[in-house]
Amino acid sequence: MLAFTLRRAIQAIGVMIAVGIISFSMFRFAGDPVNQIVSLDTPAAEREAVRKSLGLDDPVVLQFARYFGNAAQFKFGVSYQFRQPVSNLLMERMPATLELAACATVFAMVFGILMGVYSALKRDTWLAKVFQAVSLIGISLPTFLIGILLIYLFAVVLGWLPSFGRGDVVRLGWWTTGLLTVSGLKALIMPSVTLGLFQMTLIMRLVRAEMLEVLRTDYIRFARARGLTTRAIHFGHALRNTLVPVITVAGLQFGSVIAFAIITETVFQWPGMGLLFVQAVQNVDIPIMAAYLLMVSLIFVTINLVVDILYTVVDPRLRSTLRRPT
Amino acid sequence: MSEPVLSVRNLKVEFVTRRDTLRAIDGVSFDIAKGEVLGVVGESGAGKSVTGLAVIGLIDRPGRIAGGEIYLSGMRIDNLPPEELRRIRGKRIGMIFQDPLTSLNPLYRIGDQLVETIKTHLNLSETAARKRAIDLLAEVGIPAPEKRIDAYPHEFSGGMRQRVVIALAICAEPELIIADEPTTALDVSVQAQIISLIKRLGRDHGTAVMLVTHDMGVIAETSDRVAVMYSGRIAEIGPVRDVVQNPLHPYAKGLMGAIPTLASDTDRLVQIPGSMPRLSAIPPGCPFNPRCAFVFDRCRVERPEPVRHGSQAVACHLYDSTATETAA
Repeated sequence: MLAFTLRRAIQAIGVMIAVGIISFSMFRFAGDPVNQIVSLDTPAAEREAVRKSLGLDDPVVLQFARYFGNAAQFKFGVSYQFRQPVSNLLMERMPATLELAACATVFAMVFGILMGVYSALKRDTWLAKVFQAVSLIGISLPTFLIGILLIYLFAVVLGWLPSFGRGDVVRLGWWTTGLLTVSGLKALIMPSVTLGLFQMTLIMRLVRAEMLEVLRTDYIRFARARGLTTRAIHFGHALRNTLVPVITVAGLQFGSVIAFAIITETVFQWPGMGLLFVQAVQNVDIPIMAAYLLMVSLIFVTINLVVDILYTVVDPRLRSTLRRPT
Repeated sequence: MSEPVLSVRNLKVEFVTRRDTLRAIDGVSFDIAKGEVLGVVGESGAGKSVTGLAVIGLIDRPGRIAGGEIYLSGMRIDNLPPEELRRIRGKRIGMIFQDPLTSLNPLYRIGDQLVETIKTHLNLSETAARKRAIDLLAEVGIPAPEKRIDAYPHEFSGGMRQRVVIALAICAEPELIIADEPTTALDVSVQAQIISLIKRLGRDHGTAVMLVTHDMGVIAETSDRVAVMYSGRIAEIGPVRDVVQNPLHPYAKGLMGAIPTLASDTDRLVQIPGSMPRLSAIPPGCPFNPRCAFVFDRCRVERPEPVRHGSQAVACHLYDSTATETAA
């Protein structure tokens, strides 16, 4: 188990180095960084001095090592547009994005699993058919359209929910949360639904298909032959076997929830990392873009690692194959 | 003679498909007494497994019991509401399926599955149920049960898993065990062990056993009586010794002729020409008539009903006293 975790952790570091190379090359791709720091009429000698002071005349490998070393300590340089350290900007925005992503994922998991189980067990009821139809809408409508429709209905026509922003937030150390105030919670509802709807329908369809599959297996038939209650068979035996693939998908989707948050945050003007990134793209603020790339891939890689470890918790068969590596 | 543990009367099972209704079981009747092992033998698709599933009430849609009665120790069970039928399953009727590799839920320890089943049917505390689970594992011949109880199914071999499945089937001391091809998926050497285990359990607890298999060797070793099924009907039923040594129905004769023996020096085994008709194309009269070497006109129009013939009962016009003269 420990060897497995270590092996996966080393692989994860490998992925991070690869992403680091890409994000590092963004600086070079966008032209000479010195030009973006100094003004047009700076003399050449001064430019060279700046170049030297920033270490830009060192070999590329050395520059990358320095960049990656700094990034590992969350030092991403200074934003061109805000003249502030990028890490401070990201730290400020991160709680908003993570809170939104977490709420969206919880929403997607809870409703996705409930609706999936229901539509698998009561396949022929009209409600199950409604769920199927709704899931089709959720899977085919683009995120921004759903967001705008929700804003129109609940913010413009009904006026129940705010159309943009986070509402009032409470500061807990460096973390800001909207979960503790009424306006913060109200502001969370629409963005979370918008962001999580696709995941919810995906999970619902997955749970339904897997559950139907599991209900046909021999051990479910044997469980029925043993006279177990329907509840124990459905929720104890069938659902747990359904959850293995659901964990994979939900886990991997958490990464894309954070990535998709760019669109949702733009629609709802949500002060998160995604909005910061969109602004950075508009202003060619490369340090922020590079740092965002690294952060998102770090989150992805971490989630992958956690999902791999979670498997072994749910499925004992994996545990013993891991103990005896082939 | 006391009341039979299981009594099936004129059972009919149908599968409703979009095009038509297929009758998988058509008028099957038999009894199993306390402590008796009834072997049910026949080709694939003869209705052996469906009969077993019908008794335990696990015929799924689109299948349904279309007629007849099933009595468990005198109590009619085929028309019970689902919840009462569930209470009987596992408590009064245990079932063993063919493939031990897929019969156990892979995500739970075998102890959890045993304790769960025991607590569903018997009013025991967690510790008492666990104690009983260990005793059951010991009884079905699992070494070091107090250690193995916390193992997962994949940590057992096929034969050991089938022992666990048997322990699960007998955990509430059922009156009847239905074993559906319990040895088909196992190695020959393990088969013998499982067969003797089922036999011992039946003898020790007085449990009636319905043993479904297509292996005549297994039947000959374990069963007291045997029912030969063909196209959803019982062709012949009687004590194993009589049916094996002196089969009456032409189909049973063919089956017995297909068993190789060490004693006699036969070059070629007898083979029944043709194959069993599909459910959608069962011929009128006797379903065996297209393959039967002794077929005559009456077989093609009139369906034979089982008639007593010594210790056996056979559904064949050859043994109907009114027709013996016309038999060719």
